[in-house]
Amino acid sequence: MTDDNSFVREVAEKKYEYGFTTDVQTDIIEKGLTEDIVRLISQKKGEPEWLLEFRLKAFRYWLTIEQPTWGHLKMPHIDYQDISYYADPTKSKNKEPGEIDPELMKTFDKLGIPLEERMALAGTAVDAVMDSVSVKTTFREKLQEKGIIFCSFSEAVREHPQLVRQYLGSVVPYKDNYFAALNSAVFSDGSFVYIPKGVRCPMELSTYFRINARGTGQFERTLIVCDDDAYVSYLEGCTAPMRDENQLHAAIVEIIVNERAEVKYSTVQNWYPGDSEGKGGVLNLVTKRGHLRGANSKLSWTQVETGSAITWKYPSCILTGDNSQAEFYSVAVTNNHQQADTGTKMIHLGKNTRSTIISKGISAGKSQNTYRGLVRVAKDAEGARNYSSCDSLLLGSQCGAHTFPYMDIHNDTAVVEHEATTSKISEDQLFYCNQRGINTEEAVSLIVNGYAKEVINKLPMEFAVEAQKLLGVSLEGSVG
Amino acid sequence: MNAEKQYIDFYKEVKDTIAERSSQEMNTCREAALHTFATQGFPLPKVERYRYAKVEADFSPDYGIALTPINGPLPPHCFRIAEATPYARTLYNKVADTSDSIVALNTMLSVDTLVVHVPKGTRVEHPIQINNTLKGEQDTMVCRRILIIMEELAQADVIITDRATSQSRFLTNQVVEVVMHDGSHLSLYETEETHLLCTRYSSVFVRQGRNSTFHHTNLTLFNGHTRNRLDVQLQGEGSEVTANGCVIADKMQRVDNNTLIDHQVPNCRSNELYKYVLDDNAVGAFAGKILVREGAQKTVSKETNANLCATRSARMYTQPMLEIYADDVKCSHGSTVGQMDDAALFYMRQRGIDEKEARLLLKAAFITEVIESIPLESLRDRLHVLVDKRLRGELSKCEGCKLCQ
Repeated sequence: MTDDNSFVREVAEKKYEYGFTTDVQTDIIEKGLTEDIVRLISQKKGEPEWLLEFRLKAFRYWLTIEQPTWGHLKMPHIDYQDISYYADPTKSKNKEPGEIDPELMKTFDKLGIPLEERMALAGTAVDAVMDSVSVKTTFREKLQEKGIIFCSFSEAVREHPQLVRQYLGSVVPYKDNYFAALNSAVFSDGSFVYIPKGVRCPMELSTYFRINARGTGQFERTLIVCDDDAYVSYLEGCTAPMRDENQLHAAIVEIIVNERAEVKYSTVQNWYPGDSEGKGGVLNLVTKRGHLRGANSKLSWTQVETGSAITWKYPSCILTGDNSQAEFYSVAVTNNHQQADTGTKMIHLGKNTRSTIISKGISAGKSQNTYRGLVRVAKDAEGARNYSSCDSLLLGSQCGAHTFPYMDIHNDTAVVEHEATTSKISEDQLFYCNQRGINTEEAVSLIVNGYAKEVINKLPMEFAVEAQKLLGVSLEGSVG
Repeated sequence: MNAEKQYIDFYKEVKDTIAERSSQEMNTCREAALHTFATQGFPLPKVERYRYAKVEADFSPDYGIALTPINGPLPPHCFRIAEATPYARTLYNKVADTSDSIVALNTMLSVDTLVVHVPKGTRVEHPIQINNTLKGEQDTMVCRRILIIMEELAQADVIITDRATSQSRFLTNQVVEVVMHDGSHLSLYETEETHLLCTRYSSVFVRQGRNSTFHHTNLTLFNGHTRNRLDVQLQGEGSEVTANGCVIADKMQRVDNNTLIDHQVPNCRSNELYKYVLDDNAVGAFAGKILVREGAQKTVSKETNANLCATRSARMYTQPMLEIYADDVKCSHGSTVGQMDDAALFYMRQRGIDEKEARLLLKAAFITEVIESIPLESLRDRLHVLVDKRLRGELSKCEGCKLCQ
């Protein structure tokens, strides 16, 4: 037992590895949210009139609605007037155009993000976003040869306004929900991806988000359009410094998948989760949605959620195209005082559409982990098929695991299955490992990794390794 | 607020009459109930537990409200509340969720309570049957109240049946409170065979002591709009609850079963099985929550909801929920919505069974699992017959009553 305790102490004291701040001159606008601020953000980014109109409409709508409370979460009060909505770390004074502050380079090097083409072997194109601004997007030229557009959102607005205008808000309208309205009003940077017809994107595209400045929130916006017969795999990673205040992250991700196209979207979310007393941490309130417009299209969401004080998001799929397929694979880990209410929505509209939901929740410490999912089969969605499986693993007697699945079936040809289990690691499994000379903590790590394997296997290789490490850091301290 | 207003006005008008016909312990709860009802009104669909019910629409029509106390001879162990023991009377309105406005409406307007009180160590040989027959030319609302007390080691079977024999609109608002002491055993069966114009709101609240077992079966064979709520609090270690139900619905019928099993202490078991067969334009809803509170270790819980949609326009909403705050538990839930097995249909067709009959057999087989779980043999046999008749469409046209148009 003494061994166990020393191990617990050791890991419990393990620091959040990415909790450093970067000392870089940052241009932060004053706190508060008014129509003038919305205009100022738009002006700073030199946006066209139509986009400002879009922001203002969203802002005026946001003023009329209230923050929802239905989540199974204890949400700290968010003072929307106490947040700065725009922080630009690239605004150094004596800088050549196009040059990146060496401090910023160091930050991303520290995080292990290959910003330079010297990392070509890593085979990943990266868009790095710090606070409100995209710092650098790599491999743009190489991608351009194939006609792929991969750039920051602001650049896309400047260079491809017709595309942005056509798709912006078409999957997540600004009236969708409270946080979507907020994001639509104040969104800063993010990534824009366009894969033209018949092109298979030769490398993984990736965006790395980091919140650095104090007292700010991050409101990025990602838009991915995958045209007929195209394919793209997109990765997203996030970290933030350790601060004792809650920082708000309210993003929108919109994905449009046309005929026979395929999009794979993977997230490894590792925002700062707050300290062991539940102080600080990022509030991760994100709207992610994909629209499978074309027949035979495919969209797959994979998420590994280990960070954030509060995670409240439901990456969803609208299956409009006939024979379209959607997948949702999720591992959500909560420890200490973290709270997660996450899951997915599968809206079947087209014929012979199918969706798979695999969700694995792991709760430890005093955390609360909730799966909430909706499967809706519309009246005309003949032959729809859904399989959902949600398992929860409880480590410790003070945490909670909850499952709230909703199934609305309006068609008799639908076959919908849902199953869920909640349990702790079985004594038998532990005993079996112990018997074979594997000590308890290693055994737990082995079992947890095996439990999450089904989801982690869906991640691209580099991410899978990172995710596995994260699982270890987030969890092993809670074995008891 | 108009729907609420007619009930509030009515109550104010007949307050004295009700008080006169009723007993003191019921009268003392009325004002608080009126307050709850008046402030909350009918729950809207955005209230999570009333998501699938159309409460306001169900209560809006103008009903005459029956204010007759229980009359006629009562079977052994059954009493009117005025004649029950002082202990039994103290338990009135103690188990029910008084913050619920449907319960509050019942508390406000009920005139009498049927108390089933089984003393310590007594085993009631024959099932106690409570028959509710709705008849009359006028559209009527009935508020029914039942209180069941099982003392230590008592055993009983209680059957509550709802029938309607005339073609008027009926609205039933039933509240059943069950208090189970240590080691007691109760099987409670509810069957509903009414008609398309009947609306039923039933709320059953159960509190279980140590090592008690509660077996609940709820069968909706024919109805109009039905909402059943079942709340079970497992307050004593080693207690066990089985909550089963089946629904056969077609035409424009609507059935919503909403259950909450609250594991408050360690070492309890719960088992839930609900099956729905939906035809025509029927709408079914099932929302079951298993709540395992902090410290309720060694809980074993299983929740299953299986549904068969036979037509395109039938709808099913299902929501099996787990809310767990303890780690040493085994909880699982499963839910399926699907159609009949083509292979099984083909097998029967091959053997000369026509398609209609084959479908019927499959539906009956699907429901059988729930019926077979009933411990009372005579009831089981009777239900097999009833289900078969129902699926053949005979139940709605049985002689002696004009149940269905």
